[in-house]
Amino acid sequence: MRDIEITNLETLPGKTITQHLGMVQGNTVRAKHVGRDIMAGFKNIVGGELRGYTELLTESRDQSIDRMVDEARGLGANAILNVRFSTSSISAGASELYVYGTAVVVR
Amino acid sequence: MCTVRRSWYVNMINIAIFLSLFALGFFVGRYKEARHFSDLQKRETALAYITTSNIKHAPDGMNNSVFVSGNVVVSIDYYKRILAALRGIFGGQIKSYTSLVERARREAVLRMKEQAEDFGMHHISNLKLETASVYKNSQSSLGSIEIFAYGTALK
Repeated sequence: MRDIEITNLETLPGKTITQHLGMVQGNTVRAKHVGRDIMAGFKNIVGGELRGYTELLTESRDQSIDRMVDEARGLGANAILNVRFSTSSISAGASELYVYGTAVVVR
Repeated sequence: MCTVRRSWYVNMINIAIFLSLFALGFFVGRYKEARHFSDLQKRETALAYITTSNIKHAPDGMNNSVFVSGNVVVSIDYYKRILAALRGIFGGQIKSYTSLVERARREAVLRMKEQAEDFGMHHISNLKLETASVYKNSQSSLGSIEIFAYGTALK
C-alpha cells in the first residue's frame, strides 16, 4: 500500500478535504520487446491473451502512477482524487500511459 | 523453364502454409475461446457478491477505500482475422471481434474484482473501462487490444 491514497472518486470516504493542491500527473512511453514480440507473433495465429504485453502495460502503468504519487508527495498532499487514465498508441510499437488526478490534503 | 517450376513450388508452399494457419487458428482458437468462456462463467459466479457501479460517490456506511485495477491484452486468431477481412468487403457486424472484446472485458473486470477480494472489499464504485489498440504494427490493420478496468473498492 502506498503512503498516499489514490481513488477515482470525487471524495475520499470517511475523510474530509482540507486543502486542494491542484492537478498532478505522471506518464511513461514504453516500446515493445523483441522476445515478447516473437511470442506475440505465435499468439496471433491461435488467438488469446498476450501475457507478456499484459505484464508490460501493468508495469508501465505502475511506473506512471509512481511518478504522479511522487509529484503529489512533493506538494505535501496525502491523497489524490478523481484519478483517470489514458492510453495512446503514439507510434508503431510504442504506447504512452498517462495518469492524472487532483492532489489534496485530507483529514 | 527452371524458374517457372520453382515459382510453382513456392506458390504451393505458400498455399499450404496459409491453409495450415487457417486450420490451426480455427481449431485451436475455437477450443481456447470455449474454455475461456466457461472459466469466466465460473469465476464470475464466485465473485458475484462484489457489486459494481459507475456512480462517483461511495454508498453510505462504507469508509474504507482502495484503488483496484485489472488489465488484459488479447489478440485475435488467424481464422477470425481472415473472416473479419472478408467482412470488410460486405460490411455488417464482425462477430469474431465482438466476442474477442467481450471476453477481454469480462476478464479485465474479473481481475479487478479479484484484487478487491484480496483487500476484503465488497463493492466497487466508479468502475471505468478503457479500450485501447496497442502495439499496432504497419503490416496488420489490427494490433492487439488492451482492456483496462479500474475503480475504487469499498467496504
